[in-house]
This record gives sequence, C-alpha cells and structure tokens, in this order.
Amino acid sequence: MDVDLRILRYDPETDPKPHWERYSVASDPMDRVLDLLHRVKWEHDGRLTFRRSCAHGVCGSDAMLINGRNRLACKMRVDQLGRKISVAPLPGLPVIKDLVVDMDGFFEKYRSAMPFLINDDPPPERERLQSQHDRERFDDTTKCILCAACTSSCPSFWAQPSYVGPAAIVNAHRFIFDTRDHGAEERLEILSDQEGVWRCRTIFNCTDACPRGINITQAILEVSGAIMERKV
Amino acid sequence: MSIAGHPAATVHEYQAVIVGAGGAGLWAALELARDGVKTAVLTKLYPTRSHTGAAQGGICAALGNQEEDHPEWHMYDTVKGGDYLVDQDAAEILAREAIDTVIELEHMGLPFNRTAEGKIDQRRFGGHTRNFGEAPVRRACYAADRTGHMILQTLYQQCIKHGVEFFDEYHVVDVVIEDGVTRGVVAYRIADGELHVFRSAAVMFATGGFGRMFRITSNAFSLTGDGCALAYRRGVPLEDMEFYQFHPTGIVGIGILLSEAARGEGAVLRNDSGERFMERYAPTLLDLAPRDMVARAMYMEIREGRGIGGKDYLHLDLTHLGKKVIDEKLPDITEFARVYQGVEPITQPVRVTPTAHYAMGGIPTNLEARVLADEQGNLLPGMYAAGECACVSVHGANRLGTNSLLDILVFGRRAGLSIAEDVRAANGELPALPAGAEEPVRAEIEALRSRRRGENAQHIRLELASEMMDNCGVFRTRATLEAMTFKLRELRGRYADIAIHDKGRVFNTELLEAREVGYLLDCAEASVAGALAREESRGAHFREDFPERNDTDWLQHTLAFRAEGGPDLRYKPVTITRFQPKPRTY
Repeated sequence: MDVDLRILRYDPETDPKPHWERYSVASDPMDRVLDLLHRVKWEHDGRLTFRRSCAHGVCGSDAMLINGRNRLACKMRVDQLGRKISVAPLPGLPVIKDLVVDMDGFFEKYRSAMPFLINDDPPPERERLQSQHDRERFDDTTKCILCAACTSSCPSFWAQPSYVGPAAIVNAHRFIFDTRDHGAEERLEILSDQEGVWRCRTIFNCTDACPRGINITQAILEVSGAIMERKV
Repeated sequence: MSIAGHPAATVHEYQAVIVGAGGAGLWAALELARDGVKTAVLTKLYPTRSHTGAAQGGICAALGNQEEDHPEWHMYDTVKGGDYLVDQDAAEILAREAIDTVIELEHMGLPFNRTAEGKIDQRRFGGHTRNFGEAPVRRACYAADRTGHMILQTLYQQCIKHGVEFFDEYHVVDVVIEDGVTRGVVAYRIADGELHVFRSAAVMFATGGFGRMFRITSNAFSLTGDGCALAYRRGVPLEDMEFYQFHPTGIVGIGILLSEAARGEGAVLRNDSGERFMERYAPTLLDLAPRDMVARAMYMEIREGRGIGGKDYLHLDLTHLGKKVIDEKLPDITEFARVYQGVEPITQPVRVTPTAHYAMGGIPTNLEARVLADEQGNLLPGMYAAGECACVSVHGANRLGTNSLLDILVFGRRAGLSIAEDVRAANGELPALPAGAEEPVRAEIEALRSRRRGENAQHIRLELASEMMDNCGVFRTRATLEAMTFKLRELRGRYADIAIHDKGRVFNTELLEAREVGYLLDCAEASVAGALAREESRGAHFREDFPERNDTDWLQHTLAFRAEGGPDLRYKPVTITRFQPKPRTY
C-alpha cells in the first residue's frame, strides 16, 4: 500500500523557512517510519536529512514528531499510524536541517545535574553489595537513552527553555535513589533551583513520549518529594 | 593555499586523539583523563549513540558468585570457542583482567542485577563452561538485557565526571601517516562541512565493526568499517577478515538481535516439527553451543526443509520461561519481538534467522593495543586500536558471547595506558604535520560534491550487502568467493562514478553515507580475499569445499595489505601457550 507521507523540510542554505513536502511511499504495514524516510532519501531525494543509527530503539538518534507526538522513527510502524503520516523535527529545539535538531543544549542540561556516581569512600576489594530491593528502586530511570523525546514534548520547557527538563531530572533520579551514591544533596540543591523540578506541571507529556516506557512524571515527583523531605 | 579557494583546515593539537566513543574509546579516554593527558575524543555520532549500547546479554568474568569458576576455565572456553585461532597470551589477559574490569564497572556505578546476597548476579551464556567443557557455567554478569546500554552510560558518565573533551559529530575521514609515523587525523565537522586536522602523538581507532556489508545484520547503520578502511588505505594490514560471526537469533527479515541471554535463561530453538534440533548437533551444550555452530545448524535445518512451514526461519521458544523471568531478565528483547514482529513471546514463539553480527578480524595489535605494521610484529608508531575494529586476537575464528564487551574494556584500558606511557616518553612532543595534510581527502570530497551525474551509492551498498550475504556468509565455496571477487571489482568500478544530490555544507549526511559505502567495499575486499585463500573450515569461516579444519597448513593468521589488483595476503603464526589444538565438539 502507499503511504501519504508529509515531511517538514528545511535547508538553511536554500530555504527561507520550513515547508511541508509530500511523498507517496510504497510500504508494508510492518515498515517503520525510519524505513519510509530511508526510501525517500535513497529513491527520491538524497538531501532529506535525519539522524539514525541502531534502528531498533536503543541509541536514541531518531526521535522526531510523528503524527503530532514525539516518537522514535525506528519504533513506529505504519500499521500503528495509518496511511497518512506526518513527520517534523522535535519541537522546542533549534532546527539545523530537516529533521535534525541542535542537541547541544539538551546534553548541557543533562550534564548540569551531575549524572555520575558520587562516592569518595575507598572502594572495597570486590563489588559493593546492594540488595535486589535497593537495585529495583531506581531501575526505571536507568533505561533512559537521552533521545530528548520527553524534554521536547514538555509545555513547561517550551514556555521556559531554561527549564532543566525531564531528561536531566530522570538521570539525576537514577543516582539520587541509588544506595551506593553520596551526591543526592548536591543534585537536589541543583534541582530545587527555579529552573529545576518546580517547573513541572505534571502534564504527563514526557511519560507519554518516552520510547523506553519510563514513568517520568513519577520520577520527577519522587525527586521533588525528596527535596521537600530535605527541607523539613 | 588549498584547492580552489577553500580555507585551510582548522588545526587542533592534542597529545592523544581517540576516534570512536563506544566502550573501548571511552575507557581509554578515562584512563588518559585520570593521567592528565590532553585528549580529544571524536565521534561521528553522540557518544551515547555508540553501538556498545546495543549489547544485551552480559559480560563474562569468573567471579564465582553463583558457582565455582576460574579464569583458566574462561580462557580455555575462549580458545576453544575461537577454534584455536585465538592468541592464547591475549585470551589469558582477557580472562584474568575480566574480574577487575567488572568490579571496577560496579565501582563506577554500573547497576548490575544482584544475587540474594547483594552480589553481582551471573547467568549462563553460549560456550562458557565449567571445568574445561563439562557443562554450562554461570559466568555472565548482567544488567537485565541491556548490559551494553549500562556500560556505555556508565563510562560516558565517568567521562563527564573527569572532564573528557568530546568532539561530537566529527566524522573522521583520514588518518595522517608519513614516513611510517602516525601524525594525526582529518575530521569532517558534520554541522558545517569544515575540515579539522587533529595533530597528535597518538591516534587510537575504536571505530567498531562493519556489519552493514551484509544484508541481514544486527549492526547499526553507522557500522561501516570506517577505521579499518582508513587504516587499510594508508598501508596498515587487516587481520583475519575472513572470520565474520553470524549470530543465531536475529529477528527474521530485519536482523535485530535477540540476545543469547534468552537461551542462557532456558529458551530453545525449534524446527518445523517442534524438535529441539540442537540435540543432534551439540549434545552437551545444546542451544548454548558457540554461535558459529548454532548458526550452521540452523542453516542445515532450513536447507533440509525443516524451517517453519518449509520457509527460511526457525522458532526461538521462550514460552516455558514464564512471565516473571521474561519481564525481569529479558524485557528489552521481548519488547523487540512485540514491536518488530508483532508476537507475544510469553505465549508465542519468535521467528528467527542468523544475522551478521561481529567481525573477529580487524586492525592487528599487540597485547598493549599498539598497532602492528606487518607480519613480523613491527609497530606503527603513534597508532593504537581496540574493540571490534581491532584484532589482538582474543576471538580467533569465532567469538564467544559476552567476550566483545570484555574485549573493548580490557583492551580499551590497555590502549589508554599504552598511550599515556608513550606520550610521557616523548616528553609531550608532537610529530610534525605534513603541509596540506587535509588536501587528499578534501580533493575526494570536493570531487564527489561536484560530480553532476552518477549512480546512487546506496544502490551499490544494497547490492554489496545482498551479494555478500549469499557468497561470503555462513557457507562459502571457491565458486561463491570467486563470484564475489568479480562482483566487488564491478562495484568498485561503479563506485568511482557515484554522485550525490546534496551539494550543501550543512549536515550533509548523503555525502558521508556515500563515503561509508567506500569503506564497506574495502572491508569486503579484504574479507573475500582472505576467505578465498583459506582452504579449510575453522570457526565462523566454513568452506563447503574444504569442510575440515586443517592445522597443518592453516593454523595461522591472515594479514591483508592493500595492493593494486587485490589484497596482498601474508600470514603469521598463532600464539599457543597452554592449550594444544584439539577437535572441537560440544
């Protein structure tokens, strides 16, 4: 069957502003949006530009706005979307070309919340022990692939681009609730800033957008809960 | 001045330049950062997009957390798994340093699954056994079925902590070697198409594999053999390229990997009549035999008409494992089956075929990750390699599951330590850069950009991948390899006349992807030449016209040097220390 594929195109070297282009693409119901983009690029217009690498939802390269929602192009099938499919770059991030957005600001925010284990105790000979229960406590937030689908779906981020955003909080959560980590105080201090967790309005767009199924809103609430607890 | 008014490239100076930001590159960078060596890490992606993150099942180390285990057993399994083409001094290092490596990962914060006592949990994996082959052993340390993801994240986190300097989306397009000394690399900044030269005393390649030369592969689109090909073009040989591993369980049609961890947890392969056919091929290890044997067994079943419904795939059956085990230990791969095949693995079998997965061969190195210039063991000063793009050789003719994650970390660290040592010995002096170091590659790029008419490089890639699958895959013969040699010559001729639509400077992925096809052609050339010459069957290299292993003539490593009219093949002996070659049965 043929899919009516619309892509928001923009080439900074030739286009004054972004514009939609339509393609009729032969496809199978099990094809993924990434397959359609490749078909356009390889058969019709080599200039179509997007990032991709692993093509099975673990590298985080190809998050984009698909039929109005942030999704990974390699995980969305034609049979889930129907015969009319629209693809645009992630909202709220500067567009470089076609579906490629500038990720530098996103990664800078991720780094600002100290996403690494902090523990200055001399390490034991063997592994540090951790109970299965304690390991489970932060399991959900270890899944993050930094695709930016969550942060760029967040209306609070659109309204206030200085907001640190869901992805940075998720990656701070992963350490705050790890029993081996001693840096929770510093991270909670950073996230209690006015650009931190309080900007979250529990709209749940992030949770809906996450291709890894992380319950992001819950994680943000747990971090703000930890900040409140620390204040009393 | 340079070509037709182009400004000269920006020149950067670093003590060390690491190309690639997967596990090998990141661990090397970490060692160098701790040591205060000024280092740049260049990646054509963002570091967290590297393919290390796609590794699933685990990383083996004889911790003995679940049952008795020893590095000697791990070493033996690695040597036997590699069909005795493994350099045993390297395998010994791999098995011994595995323990400290995994413990250090834990100290860095890696969230391993835990035993009831809170130790790192371990599970079974293909080819890993107790007491020199008696039965499967629990050796693979894991974090659900996203061990590679956790390793990549953890190492990147540590690099942030230690202030490692990254150049994201800088695509390395040449390595500068003059008078037998490595002097730096040339990189193309994807954002604006500018060339940047990195002058450096040490260049490390950690660029990964080249699975995209096959039609059905578990590999990312970005795995196009860049490092191997660039080195090869500058005179560095490629070792054992004829040994390419097909993983038994790829999702039919698209090749996405379903980890061996599934079989480690008890899943089994079945043919059309529901028979657990591995009982006939490997009576002791069954479904946990090494990958080359399982992949061949699957093809035999399909050839003899026992594929599902007579078709070219088989079933991976997880239905007896139960929802709890599947959800806790194999969540990602079962999700892949749901998304990419529309089946529910808790209740339905998954349709699988072998998928091109891992290159045992690559840039030859010594035990310290220093690159070898020839079969005599002479070094190429200033060049280092580790990970899938390198060949040390710990995998020999067939890699065991989990040993790739181990290889990248053990030898990535060794590369970092070697570089630190060499940079200190040179007192921080950088080698001189030849004038216009970027001009050869600039000329190639501008020629491609300005050609008005020509074939689409992606058509050549698809043809290459399809022909390689048929002629240089799990089974080979002289006839198929000769046909492939001929085909490669034709594809090379056509590749010389490709053209691209995108003439722009900003984020020109069409241009870079066209260059990647050229890298794949180089890797394929070395692979096919090695396979045609090697008239025996060993590990993943199976010649139907020479079905037996031949230790008298072929217990040696191939080195392919680039030459006009096809690679010049030379050979070097295998290092054998503890384990004399024996027939390989499981």
